[in-house]
Order: sequence, then structure tokens, then C-alpha cells
Amino acid sequence: MSREHDKGMSLIVKTITRLTVGLILLYGIYILSHGHISPGGGFAGGIIIALSFVHLMLAYGKDVALAKLPKSVASFFESMGAILFLGIALLGFAGGYFFLNFISKGQPFRLFSAGIIPLSNIAISLKVGAGLFAIFVALVLLKFESEK
Amino acid sequence: MIAYLLCLTLFSLGIYCILRKRNIIKIIIGVIIAEYAVNLFFVLVAYRIEGRSPIYSPDEKIFNMVDALPQAVVLTAIVIGLATTALLIGIAMRIYDKYGTFDITKIRELRG
Amino acid sequence: MVELCVLLVFMIIAAIVAIEAKDLLSSVVAVGAVGLALCIVFLILKAPDVAITQLVVEILALIILIRATLKRDLPFSTSGRWFLNTLITLAFIAVFLSIAYKGLKDLPEFGYPIMRIAQTYLKEGVMETGATNIVASVILDYRAFDTLGEATVLFTAVIGILSVVRRIGRKKENQRLEEKLEGEDE
Repeated sequence: MSREHDKGMSLIVKTITRLTVGLILLYGIYILSHGHISPGGGFAGGIIIALSFVHLMLAYGKDVALAKLPKSVASFFESMGAILFLGIALLGFAGGYFFLNFISKGQPFRLFSAGIIPLSNIAISLKVGAGLFAIFVALVLLKFESEK
Repeated sequence: MIAYLLCLTLFSLGIYCILRKRNIIKIIIGVIIAEYAVNLFFVLVAYRIEGRSPIYSPDEKIFNMVDALPQAVVLTAIVIGLATTALLIGIAMRIYDKYGTFDITKIRELRG
Repeated sequence: MVELCVLLVFMIIAAIVAIEAKDLLSSVVAVGAVGLALCIVFLILKAPDVAITQLVVEILALIILIRATLKRDLPFSTSGRWFLNTLITLAFIAVFLSIAYKGLKDLPEFGYPIMRIAQTYLKEGVMETGATNIVASVILDYRAFDTLGEATVLFTAVIGILSVVRRIGRKKENQRLEEKLEGEDE
């Protein structure tokens, strides 16, 4: 399994991946940013973004993909997401209590409305997406002793 | 009422698989099925006959929405279930490295 | 509600196939079928947020499960005392089901929820938070502590996995470093 992983998959899979990975990433960003208007939100959007990177890794093999997206980047983004979410929560102290919705609400049905909810969606998506990508790299791509 | 009973049957199938099987991967599959059954139960409690999904639309007034609180709870529960499953599978793979088998009756010595 | 019951029966049959299959890959595929049917049931029960999340989470779980089971086979032997074990398991499940039935009788009838707290959220959600997706406003404004707890659990799980799964070559790296240091000392 690990030897097949190093070379990636066949040419058809690689061509289709090259065409569709950008669209999957764009779809994930759409679901994430319209989380307060239509179904979806931070969790689903973050996991779809992580799945687009997983798709890239599975099609092109381990060495090519890990050279582009090193593992330390995933842990950096996950910590950044957690700190951002906590920071937004603590900034609520400026208004009164923890997690207060302090940015103005705006009109419903527009993209820039609903206070801190879009920013919280972005923070949660960073955390969930990077965390699940780190889980995938640790479990699927690294070799175990029994396979050497 | 039939829906509740079928959901309970799914949950007890998962519990039977956890208790009775000897292969660790089958036990993990039992845990996954039990999780699915619990999430299904929450969303079943929240349903309302002739209800609509809890999202407002700009041109009509909606009066009969389904219950939104259990859906919010289940949303985080699904992601936590994935993290737990991944941890179980990581431990199972390490056990295979140390003992060479997935059979739980052969994993008896405490090796370092 | 006919399609709901049909899909639930399909889920039960697929779960039985997943439990009893001798080949590990077949059981993983059957678990995938259970998850997909669950996503469609969530759509029938008017929960689109939950359905999207369930679908993508199940895809990721399937990828990890297949990696764990691909080259490792199933032992075929069954041990002795098979009859006593099955009897004890079925007795336990019977006790559990009887107590659960007594609890299920007090639930409100299917389709008429009580909704004491959700009435407030549904009526004043748009005014107070400004978001038109009530589920998003519940998880990020009214109940944001639960989302913080979930972020913590996910973080802990990732740390746990990265500490359980060790990288290959660390021992050899340390040995090479030691040999280099010994060479420099001499």
C-alpha cells in the first residue's frame, strides 16, 4: 500500500484531480462563508476544504504532495484557528460578558450581517479542517513498522 | 413510534457487535453504528409533522419550523464522533504492529 | 412517513451485513451504506445542516477505515463457550430493551415536539442575532460554549493520535546521531 502511495494513481485520475480540486476548494469556501444564510456553516465548510487537500494527496502520491504542503503547516493553522476563536470570545468582554455579539447586526439576508457569526465560522473551519487533515496525514500516509 | 423502535433496534445491534465480536475492527464498526443510532434519535425527537427546516427565506413567512436545538447539538456530536473513531483506529493499528493480529483473545501479555 | 420507515429498515439490514460479514472490506463498505442512508434520513427529517456534515464526515471516516483494514486479514476460528457468551449477551440486551421501552413510553408522540426553549430561539433569533440560519445562530451565539468544548475535544483527539502513531526511523536517526558523536569524540 505504501509503495502505491508513493507513485500516486493513474493518468486519468491525475487529470481529473487537476481539473476539479480548485472547484472543490471554492465550494468549501462558499459553504463556509454563507453559513449564516443557508445550511452549512463552519464544520461542513472546513471539512470540505480538508477533503480537497486529501484528494490532491491521494491522487498524486505522498512525496509530491508533502513537498507542497508540509505537515507543520497543518498544526500551525489548527492552533491559529483555536486562538482566533478564543480571541473572538474574549473580545466580548469589551461589551459586557464572554461571547457577546459586539459587532453590529446589519440587515438579515446579506453577506456582512450577524455580528461575530461569520468570523467564528472562519475560525472554526480553520481548526476543524487543519485538525482532520493532520489526522489523515498521520494515519494514512505514514508508514508503520509492519509494512517495511 | 415505529421510528423510535427501529432506532432502538439499530442501537442494540451496535451494542451486540461491541460485546460479541473478537476482531478489533468489528468492535470499532459497532461503536460507529451505535453513534449513528444516537444521532438519529436526537433528530427524530426534533421532527414536527408538516414542519420546515429552520432557515428563514426572504419572501415568505414560515410558521411551522422543526425544533432547531437538537440539530445544533447533533452537529457538534458528529464531528466529535469522527475524532473518536480516528483515535480508536490509530490505537488498533499500533496494536497490530505490536502483536501481529487483531484478535483480542490473543492480546494477553503486557509488552512494553 | 413510509419512506422514513423504509430507509430505517434498509439501515438495519446494512448494519446486520456489516456485523456478520467475514471479509473486513465488505463490512467497511456496508458501514458506508448505513451512513449514506442516514444522510438521506436527515434530509427527510428536514435537517439540511446535519445532512451535509454527516455526508462529509462519513467520507473521511471511510478513508481512514479502509487504510486500517486493507492488508490485514480476519481470523476465522471461534473459541469455545460460544453458546454461553451469546446467551449472556442476549440477556443483557433484553434487559436493556425492556428498561428503554419504559422510558420511551413517556416521550411525546412522534411529530409533536414540546419545543419549550426552541420557541424563543425561533421567534427572536433573527432579531437578536441577525442570522437567518437558526441552527448557526444557536451553535455560535446562544450556545457558543458547546462549540468551544467541541473545539477542545477535537484538539485533544488530534494530539492523542499524533502521540500514539510514532514515525518510523526515529530510532535509526538517534543511532546515527550517537555513532556520529562517538566518531567525533575519537
